[in-house]
Amino acid sequence: MSSRRIFARPARFAAIAPYVWMLLFFLVPFGFVLKISLSQTAIAQPPYEPVFDLMAGWEALKAAFAALSIDNFRLIASDDIYVFAYVRSLTVAVTATALLLVIGYPIAYGMARLPKRWQAVAMVLVIVPFWTSFLIRIYAWINILQHDGLLNQILLALHLVSQPVVWLSTDTAMYIGIVYSYLPFMILPLYATLAKMEPVLEEAASDLGAPPWQVFWLVTFPLSLPGVGAGVLLCFIPIVGEFVIPDLLAGSNSLMIGQTLWLEFFTNKDWPVASAAAIVLLVLLLVPLLLYERLQKRQLEQGR
Amino acid sequence: MTDELPKIDAGGDALPAAGQPLLRIEGVAKTFGTFRAVDGVSLDIKAGEFFALLGPSGCGKTTLLRMLAGFEAPDEGRILLGGRDIAQALPHERPINMMFQNYALFPHLSVRDNIAFGLKRAGMARGDIATRVAEMIALVKLEGLEKRKPDQLSGGQRQRVALARALARRPQLLLLDEPLAALDKKLRESTQGELMELQRRLGMTFIIVTHDQEEAMTMASRIGVMKAGKLAQVASPRELYEAPRSRWIAEFVGDINLFDGESKLRDGHRLIIGTRDAGALVVAEPREGVGAGKLAVAIRPEKVKLSRRGPVSVAGRETAINSLDGVVADICYLGGTTTYKVKLDAGGIVQASVPNSARLDVDAYSLNQHVVAWFTPDDCVVLQS
Repeated sequence: MSSRRIFARPARFAAIAPYVWMLLFFLVPFGFVLKISLSQTAIAQPPYEPVFDLMAGWEALKAAFAALSIDNFRLIASDDIYVFAYVRSLTVAVTATALLLVIGYPIAYGMARLPKRWQAVAMVLVIVPFWTSFLIRIYAWINILQHDGLLNQILLALHLVSQPVVWLSTDTAMYIGIVYSYLPFMILPLYATLAKMEPVLEEAASDLGAPPWQVFWLVTFPLSLPGVGAGVLLCFIPIVGEFVIPDLLAGSNSLMIGQTLWLEFFTNKDWPVASAAAIVLLVLLLVPLLLYERLQKRQLEQGR
Repeated sequence: MTDELPKIDAGGDALPAAGQPLLRIEGVAKTFGTFRAVDGVSLDIKAGEFFALLGPSGCGKTTLLRMLAGFEAPDEGRILLGGRDIAQALPHERPINMMFQNYALFPHLSVRDNIAFGLKRAGMARGDIATRVAEMIALVKLEGLEKRKPDQLSGGQRQRVALARALARRPQLLLLDEPLAALDKKLRESTQGELMELQRRLGMTFIIVTHDQEEAMTMASRIGVMKAGKLAQVASPRELYEAPRSRWIAEFVGDINLFDGESKLRDGHRLIIGTRDAGALVVAEPREGVGAGKLAVAIRPEKVKLSRRGPVSVAGRETAINSLDGVVADICYLGGTTTYKVKLDAGGIVQASVPNSARLDVDAYSLNQHVVAWFTPDDCVVLQS
């Protein structure tokens, strides 16, 4: 009966769909992770305790609740390894996002100013790398950056260096990998806002006496801020939790939080601490997200 | 650079010497690919003029305007402003401002900041900017809306902000690209009056681009009609309407009856032209250069009179008034006037626009009624066909 009513009102169903999605694939798993982060590690299956057993009765459930503790969070706060990993993750993410913005903006701007039919071609060129597996592309970079790789061969041939440069297992290699992998996520939202912008606004600014750099800084850039915000978030958040690129391209002396999580889960088999680290990461990432949302809300209100 | 904010009221050195035009366009041409958008246009504009560039879409009027603003560089020719060639100068280096079609207001800036934009770029002192902005806001009657963003304004208000923004720098020349096209008819008409008022009061030189001939006729002191990249005629509104230089202009500006024919007989200052659709017509002597070969007689509908029996004055008939017999084939009541289409016995159709000078329809003609359409030789224009 109720299903008939839902289908009779497809609009209403469509409106609740995202919430159902959030509940099933975000909130419920998040609840699991939160619970595990409050548990203690154990040599068992699953590797933590207490385990909620709904069949064991009310008293057992109460005891299980009582056994939960925030010890893991205390550990994370007190151990330098985690603090350093968070700081490094945020530093890498801020630096890489800044690089992405500086590199991606001119590309997106150039694309938006191309003739219409060339814009479609440029769009395909930006997306085309996705047709190859991400891992294969990172391995390709290992190849390019290694001791006798393509990059060193070119540099030697051009006599820019006399000795092969060590690229692999450095932060430079990691930044190359990150910028390369995330560039489309920066370009596409920027391109979308810039393509929507009327070029006549730039003409108006220059007509009113603004030289080109002022036209950009006073008109183009402020009007592209929604795209900048979207691009920055789309890059910043996943880079903070990035695991594969630093693992394959960066050195092993300082780890990002994604790598630390991996170690805790798979090497140390310490699910509770790993879960606690994941929760802290989530909270850290919520801060820029909320800031962005407030910014957007303010823009919407101003727009009215 | 920053302190040379152009001021037309200060009589600065950029102003032309007496008798010199403010703007001189010399053989300017612009080609896009293989399309010659502007094809050798020469034109002088005097200081204080309200000049209209009129033409159908694609005639090159907007391209010409964009070359004046500096958004396009001409391939050929010179553009002299106060004697200085500015053809290759960048837009921000010209003492010219433009009011854009659809206004191009900065959506992220308030009304005040939109108007102040050009003043800040000119390096004006803050206090002076505030004074000038307040002056502009009063000029276009936008008091109280200073803090609004463009999308919080009505179409008419946006138009005023655009005007104030373009005027704020006191440019030597203001370009207006279809400035009223986005307004509804009533607002457009009142704004036309305000623009003319403003132009007279400020003594500024305006060049307006429009495809609306009524708008051009109402506002401009001189009109340049463009066709296929060339200036077809530059004249006052009256001259353009009463003495069009070509068949195309006659048809483009206002309604007109055209009768194709050939010159038959010259009689003093009269010319008799045999037309296919209206028989022999007597016309006043055409201007120099017209008169041989295939001709067309053009007559505006409001100059065609209708009567039941023919011209009132008998003497008139003898001094060669054209009178054509026919029946009313179509009636179009327009309020102030009624347009009758009269099917002539000679075969053609003539349109007559008759003022509805009486409220009751005693003067009106009915469908299929026999009428005489008549007009004097001086009301006809002879055009080369």
